[in-house]
Amino acid sequence: SLSASESFPMSQLFVKVDEVGAEALGRLLVVYPWTQRFFEHFGDLSSADAVLGNAKVKAHGKKVLDSFSNGVQHLDDLKGTFAELSELHCDKLHVDPENFRLLGNVLVIVLARHFGKEFTPELQAEFQKVVAGVASALAHRYH
Amino acid sequence: MSLTRAERTIVVSMWSKISTQADVIGTETLERLFSCYPQAKTYFPHFDLHSGSAQLRAHGSKVVAAVGDAVKSIDNVTSALSKLSELHAYVLRVDPVNFKFLSHCLLVTLASHFPADFTADAHAAWDKFLSIVSGVLTEKYR
Repeated sequence: SLSASESFPMSQLFVKVDEVGAEALGRLLVVYPWTQRFFEHFGDLSSADAVLGNAKVKAHGKKVLDSFSNGVQHLDDLKGTFAELSELHCDKLHVDPENFRLLGNVLVIVLARHFGKEFTPELQAEFQKVVAGVASALAHRYH
Repeated sequence: MSLTRAERTIVVSMWSKISTQADVIGTETLERLFSCYPQAKTYFPHFDLHSGSAQLRAHGSKVVAAVGDAVKSIDNVTSALSKLSELHAYVLRVDPVNFKFLSHCLLVTLASHFPADFTADAHAAWDKFLSIVSGVLTEKYR
């Protein structure tokens, strides 16, 4: 679980944030309900409690965040790192890249909730750049 | 797009907590805006925007007070913010994209200060509410 008292360089942050992926994906589906269009096979998404308690949402949220945190170990080559995933999201999953931007911002909010004061404006600024970079990398191979 | 009764209740009840720290929330929101979206500084060449600046504090208070006005007239935000809407349309002419940036930074600030209250439902209600406020402030642009 999370420790708000530690300082954390960017690349190490996600090592500690197991449940953040589930919360971020869950909040995306609650705050922007049209995003549920990609998850009709996930079962009950009828209320915030249902979404956040949904086992498939939790598992998928963790998967997404694991991928994200692997990717940000390579901030110098996000496009290369996410090339295959970009093609997957375009060709197989048919996900509008706008959703990557929405999820990135929800992730920032979840981090703020968990880290409180430690999530300073300066740290947020770094994170916004990272989530923007990942969103852009995931959109890069769209055709 | 308009708020459900449940959403209105959430916004109003969270506001009662926010209003006790309005200045802190307002200042921090602007600090986050200018750190994350430095292009927003182009609208304030006449301000000292450094952390701790009196102008930043004063402006942060103003912004949060306006949000508070909208909360107090949550059933008629259009009417409550009518003058501000004209100001933004004819004088300030802030590009509409910046309302999204400011709203996001306010949500981040709320999440940071009120982690327990900022549930998924509260997040949804506030995101929607700020979207409505932004719409009112830009509705006279053209």
